[in-house]
Amino acid sequence: MNAANLIKMANQIGAFFEAMPDHEQAVSDVALHLKNTWDPRMRKILLEDIATQGDSELKPIVREAVALLRAG
Amino acid sequence: MNAPMNSLNHSFNEIDYGTPAMREVSAEVTLMIDGKEVTVPAGTSLMRAAVEAGVMVPKLCATDSLEPFGSCRLCLVEIDGRRGFPASCTTPAENGMTVRTQSPKLADLRRNVMELYISDHPLDCLTCSANGNCELQTMAGVVGLRDVRYGIGDVKAADGGNGGVIGKTHLAEEKDESNPYFTYDPSKCIVCNRCVRACEEQQGTFALTISGRGFESRVSAGQDQPFMESECVSCGACVNACPTATLTEKTIIAKGQAEHAVITTCAYCGVGCGFKAEMKGNEVVRMVPWKDGGANEGHACVKGRFAWGYASHPDRITRPMIRAKITDPWREVSWDEAINHAASELRRIQQKFGQNAIGGLVSSRCTNEEDYLVQKMVRAAFGNNNVDTCARVCHSPTGYGLKQTLGESAGTQTFKSVEKADVIMVIGANPTDGHPVFASRMKRRIREGAKLIVIDPRAIDLVSSPHIKAAHHLKLRPGTNVAVLSALAHVIVTEGLVDEAFVAARCEAKAFDQWREFVARPANSPEALEADSGVPAAEIRAAARLYATAGNGAIYYGLGVTEHSQGSTAVIAIANLAMATGNVGREGVGVNPLRGQNNVQGSCDMGSFPHELPGYRHVSDTITRTLFESHWGVAIQPEPGLRIPNMFEAALDGSFRGLYCQGEDIAQSDPNTQHVTAALLAMECVVVQDLFLNETAKYAHVFLPGSSFLEKDGTFTNAERRISRVRQVMPPLSGKGDWEATMALANAMGYRMHYTHPSQIMDEIARLTPTFAGVSYDKLDRLGSLQWPCNADAPSGTPTMHIDTFVRGKGRFLITQYVPTDEKITRRFPLLLTTGRVLSQYNVGAQTRRTANTEFYAEDVLEIHPHDAEERGIQENDWVGIESRAGQTVLRAMLTERVQPGVVYTTFHFPESGANVITTDNSDWATNCPEYKVTAVQLVRVAQTSQASEWQKEFARFTAEQEHLLTQAHEASLLS
Repeated sequence: MNAANLIKMANQIGAFFEAMPDHEQAVSDVALHLKNTWDPRMRKILLEDIATQGDSELKPIVREAVALLRAG
Repeated sequence: MNAPMNSLNHSFNEIDYGTPAMREVSAEVTLMIDGKEVTVPAGTSLMRAAVEAGVMVPKLCATDSLEPFGSCRLCLVEIDGRRGFPASCTTPAENGMTVRTQSPKLADLRRNVMELYISDHPLDCLTCSANGNCELQTMAGVVGLRDVRYGIGDVKAADGGNGGVIGKTHLAEEKDESNPYFTYDPSKCIVCNRCVRACEEQQGTFALTISGRGFESRVSAGQDQPFMESECVSCGACVNACPTATLTEKTIIAKGQAEHAVITTCAYCGVGCGFKAEMKGNEVVRMVPWKDGGANEGHACVKGRFAWGYASHPDRITRPMIRAKITDPWREVSWDEAINHAASELRRIQQKFGQNAIGGLVSSRCTNEEDYLVQKMVRAAFGNNNVDTCARVCHSPTGYGLKQTLGESAGTQTFKSVEKADVIMVIGANPTDGHPVFASRMKRRIREGAKLIVIDPRAIDLVSSPHIKAAHHLKLRPGTNVAVLSALAHVIVTEGLVDEAFVAARCEAKAFDQWREFVARPANSPEALEADSGVPAAEIRAAARLYATAGNGAIYYGLGVTEHSQGSTAVIAIANLAMATGNVGREGVGVNPLRGQNNVQGSCDMGSFPHELPGYRHVSDTITRTLFESHWGVAIQPEPGLRIPNMFEAALDGSFRGLYCQGEDIAQSDPNTQHVTAALLAMECVVVQDLFLNETAKYAHVFLPGSSFLEKDGTFTNAERRISRVRQVMPPLSGKGDWEATMALANAMGYRMHYTHPSQIMDEIARLTPTFAGVSYDKLDRLGSLQWPCNADAPSGTPTMHIDTFVRGKGRFLITQYVPTDEKITRRFPLLLTTGRVLSQYNVGAQTRRTANTEFYAEDVLEIHPHDAEERGIQENDWVGIESRAGQTVLRAMLTERVQPGVVYTTFHFPESGANVITTDNSDWATNCPEYKVTAVQLVRVAQTSQASEWQKEFARFTAEQEHLLTQAHEASLLS
């Protein structure tokens, strides 16, 4: 799994939801989309990459969603 | 054995009512025909009314697939109180009429007419290809023709006749055998016009006409051209309509008439046409479109009608094969050995690399039962959710987008619904090529007056063809669908064209208000988005007004919508448009995805996606999971598995090592070919089940011979959710249907499956899937087909969805922000490549390339606008190198203004073309559906001598090597 590809995909998901007026809902929808459609190993690699490389490549909404994922 | 076939008429002698049934029944009339009282819908012809009363009026130019014509004069009748002898085909039945179809005078008239026909017809009935199926011969018998005063063909009349005269005839006219599938023998033509009318009315191509007048009148393809040089699209409607041997299938000429017939379903596109397979023993002699087929109602296209010869092509591999490495020769083995080898390899990989290191691919070409079994095997025997289907790369955004908005991952209508549409919007679809039988229905409705809006980067045939002209063609730049759809919504919202009552009653108010506010923003106006989309704002405004105000508005869309980085967003935007204008929930409207392959809908329904169990229920849903766990007797993982592109990625990082791939050719059909083949090379066990050694099989370690649709029982579900039976007409060449092979593999892996017939698999599907609860083979045999949902609430199925309420309750509008794709043009890659397909070839071409369809289209070509060609010094037929960020290939150029400047186009039917070497792994945000439709490229004219790209040279070498390894398997088996 190429982490750069996963970051790109996560940001694409973020780009759809960031247009939604209810920000809190949008963040939770991004997290839900990652949880519902990504194989766990994809989420794991994304989280590991963020842990080691930082999250500067991520859109802000994805950062918030990732925080939700990490919180479980 | 087959399940009982209670009421379907599998024989080929169907009743011909002479004229079509009335589409709408407003009132009924009662009349007497030959002393029998009959009641029919007002407007019904006397001929049809007579058949209803059990009376067959003689006829030649009439058939119930065509409007009455009144030319043959055989169907004359007498009506009390009326003078003369009106033609029963063109005379409507009226209340109180008394009609006689037989009288001495009528008999005389009919014999006279028949005498003239036969005087210009060869008398070779015994050796004629229509013998046993000739309406002329039958009618000559019915009218009692005994003598021909004008001579018969070139035989002089008997002395007692007209003094031994011989009339002028057409008997010396030459056959046109140019079409690979049928011949035109003008010497047998009676100029009944049925072929001409079929081409116009049924097919809508207008390729045929009658040229000349009087005695010179002859059927003419194009302008007196051979069929192959004319506009003919080889749909076979004319052949079907012909009452004599004038237009005849070459297979019938070669083999003779069938002795039995079996109703089945075409295995090509998502239209899912019903066919009668006409058989001699286990051999198909022709495929005839089934009149009662719900999807096609007696029509067909060149693929389903004629291109079935691949099923018996010598390239078919009929024995299982295995090898340790892909550089080893194949070794033919028994089914048991192949299955046991595959099972032990897959288990070995799991022991070494973990339970989630293997997966399976479900085919959208296989049956529902087979699809269900593959996903069941993956979830239950593999013990993971790494299952996906080729629908991933075509319509996965449809599933997501329609579920989010309307509540169900399927189209809303029947195909027949288009007959009630007033304005038809076709977005990113090319129905005349991709879904030709539906296109014919659509064109018929447009000829009747419905307006057409086309949204497509290319000028597809629908934009302008005989008697069809799009009111608006929004010729957008590839990748800007969402911009255009938002702009259309902007106009509808800001110009007060919203169906407020529908929205208030049927949709979520808060979501609608948010959407309304969003699309009304100036940034979403046609004017603001014109620079991105390239579509003049005025055109968008006019198209939006037309769609919103012209009555019933129906949207049909295809892969030009889904195969984008915003594919799911575009599907949502389409659903938004339909809801905002109240165009959902009745006939004539709706949101209609045109599915690429025969069972795309079915494979999705059957739980082939890694996150969903059958019926689109998420694997994390405990109730659903528990239901399946209790039936299957295993634990199911609650987390989603890998999708196809994720499997490739995981293969490259070593966490995915084994794949079972049924009926899909990922090495040709998936984007970024070199990425795909690298992933395949990284796997330790690739099991391919297919008809042929396809591109993926060249990377396989186990080959399981697949069976064609002619060789197995099952069901397909088409784009209108119609479940139709596939019936076995010949035994599987390999000895096993695909479902039996899957079952064997599951058993070998220790998960017990014990079905003895696919009907039992459907029964299990029905038990576990609420939308299929009422489906059974018995009911399918009684009703012909069923559109799901089919359950206690809708025991005969659901033709139109969301009638009083949306499946999800209230319709949900979602904001669709346009996000430009990453595939942007640059100085290095200044053009956009978009891909599609042609009428005569199908998908990766594995089937159609092995038929005479290659006479229509023998190679993929690159369409390029003359302006772009000139800038690069490219001329017609030049070899052109195409390079993208992903790869490079070489294709032949075709200069055409169908594409706009800045856009080039090709198809992917031939593996050596490498169209997908060019496409990238950019994908839809929600589903990972690849962005086939937008790739930034550069073109360079290449010298003839070094025409192939590096990839193509390596492809040729690798293909030769793999074919050699296959030959070795055959030779070894001959020696042993």
